[in-house]
Amino acid sequence: MTGVPSSTWFSATPHWGWFIAVYFFMGGLAGGSYFLSALIDLFGRREDRPVAHLGYYVAFPCLAVSGLLLAIDLGRPLRAWHMFIQSNTYRLMFKSWSPMSIGSWALATLGLFAFLSFLAALAEDGRIRWSGLRTLRAPAAAGRIIAVLGGLFGLYVAGYTGVLLAVTNRPIWSDTPLLGLLFIVSAASTSAALMILLAHRSGRTTPAVAALHRMDDWVIAVELLVLIAVMISLGPVLSAWLNVWGILLAIVIVLGMIAPLVLSWRARRFHQVTLVTPALLILVGGFLLRVVIVFSAQSV
Amino acid sequence: MPEPMGFYTDTTVCIGCKACEVACKEWNQLPSTNGGVNTLSGDSYDNTRRLDGIHWRHVKFVEQFAEDRKDGRWLLMSDVCKHCVHAACLEVCPTGAIIRTEFDTVVIQSDACNGCRDCIAACPFGVIDINPVSNTAQKCTLCYDRLQGGMEPACSKACPTKSIQFGTIRELRQRAETRVEQLHRTGESRAYLYGADEKMLGGLNSFYLLVDQPEVYGLPPDPKMPTRNLIPASISAVLGAIVVGLAGIFNFRNRGAKEDREPRP
Repeated sequence: MTGVPSSTWFSATPHWGWFIAVYFFMGGLAGGSYFLSALIDLFGRREDRPVAHLGYYVAFPCLAVSGLLLAIDLGRPLRAWHMFIQSNTYRLMFKSWSPMSIGSWALATLGLFAFLSFLAALAEDGRIRWSGLRTLRAPAAAGRIIAVLGGLFGLYVAGYTGVLLAVTNRPIWSDTPLLGLLFIVSAASTSAALMILLAHRSGRTTPAVAALHRMDDWVIAVELLVLIAVMISLGPVLSAWLNVWGILLAIVIVLGMIAPLVLSWRARRFHQVTLVTPALLILVGGFLLRVVIVFSAQSV
Repeated sequence: MPEPMGFYTDTTVCIGCKACEVACKEWNQLPSTNGGVNTLSGDSYDNTRRLDGIHWRHVKFVEQFAEDRKDGRWLLMSDVCKHCVHAACLEVCPTGAIIRTEFDTVVIQSDACNGCRDCIAACPFGVIDINPVSNTAQKCTLCYDRLQGGMEPACSKACPTKSIQFGTIRELRQRAETRVEQLHRTGESRAYLYGADEKMLGGLNSFYLLVDQPEVYGLPPDPKMPTRNLIPASISAVLGAIVVGLAGIFNFRNRGAKEDREPRP
């Protein structure tokens, strides 16, 4: 090939910009937070429930903003419903082999579960006076079903965006099959970080926060390994990062992954409590990671 | 059902007159850029530069000049949507706006498209883009409206050298093979067909006769379907879900187990 590392170089850019980068971040937060809260509800203890509320308070607003971002990013926002119903025949629109098609449905379904859990969390915190809503939370049977299904859809929403990027012909995105893995792991790390921050601010220091913190260390370490695997799988395409995006990615690795790990190790070693700084670094790093991946493939 | 129809573009007889570009714009009522004021590329006779939402035909000028500029040639090629038998755009379109017609061509229904732009990223040839007037994704329709009326597309009708030929795929392939043989006989041994058989995306219903590497014309040497990544990417995402799930369950459970061992007050 004359001068280009992959035949993906002949495709055109879809002009997915800031709205999409922010959506990838917020969609990951929504799916990840819902999933973590569902885990706490299903496997945690009674005193951890206030921490699970935090995830539900994050998930629903993030999804609402995500839907709005996705709609206004369309060339024709008022036709957003064409994703669900065929505009000519009014039949159901669903393509199992198009990640954007399934993703739209998954996002809407997660929105429904997140709304129910959001209401239940408000009721349990005494902000809504309607005790019937409490049946929407585990350990009630309906609550368990909602937590299991919603948690699975949460994981799906956190990861499908990486698969969507792979199912194109753009450089970087379609040159590695690992972006779905990267996004899902990154969604877990940023969500745990956000929940730690919110728990810290609202004084909900139950044992689950320590568990979230411990889990975040694991997940960040895995994320670092996955990012290295992404780079290896890109092979010669890696040259597309020999520019300002590569520099930003290096900053993400150092400040968003290695630094939080070191800080958290020091905290454990010297028994200092530094939960806030690592969590902030992880959140900013997770956002910039998506910025690099969305924009670098389009500046080729 | 009519037979599959398409274009055969013989780049060796293209003279770069751009009549196809003009005919396409006129018939399809595509707007001019920059308010109609001519913008020049400044480094080529090619001022269109690329296919996009308002340029459904593009005559590529490939300049091949020696360093000292004593010797040189232009390769000319009228580029257009390839109307692939296995079409990447149609495959990913989440609204069903992209359809395959009775002529085996690929058409974007502008009234159904919502401008999500997934097809732009999916097309291996970089054919599609947003038309700023409709704000939907647009490309060559192979003059679907003219075909339905029994006419040939505007570009091939306007082509003065028969570089762009329209017809049934079967007949066009025969014609193209005869032309390649003729060129080989007369000493142009580089001539070959690009996309004229099923090996490339099931066959391009707009295929080309070229005399240099595909990349020289800005064409991918091995265009692929976007769904080639669907299964591997999904498996990797599921793997991620399992890792995250286990990390979560283990840490939340682990904590519980530790505390259970401690004596309760």
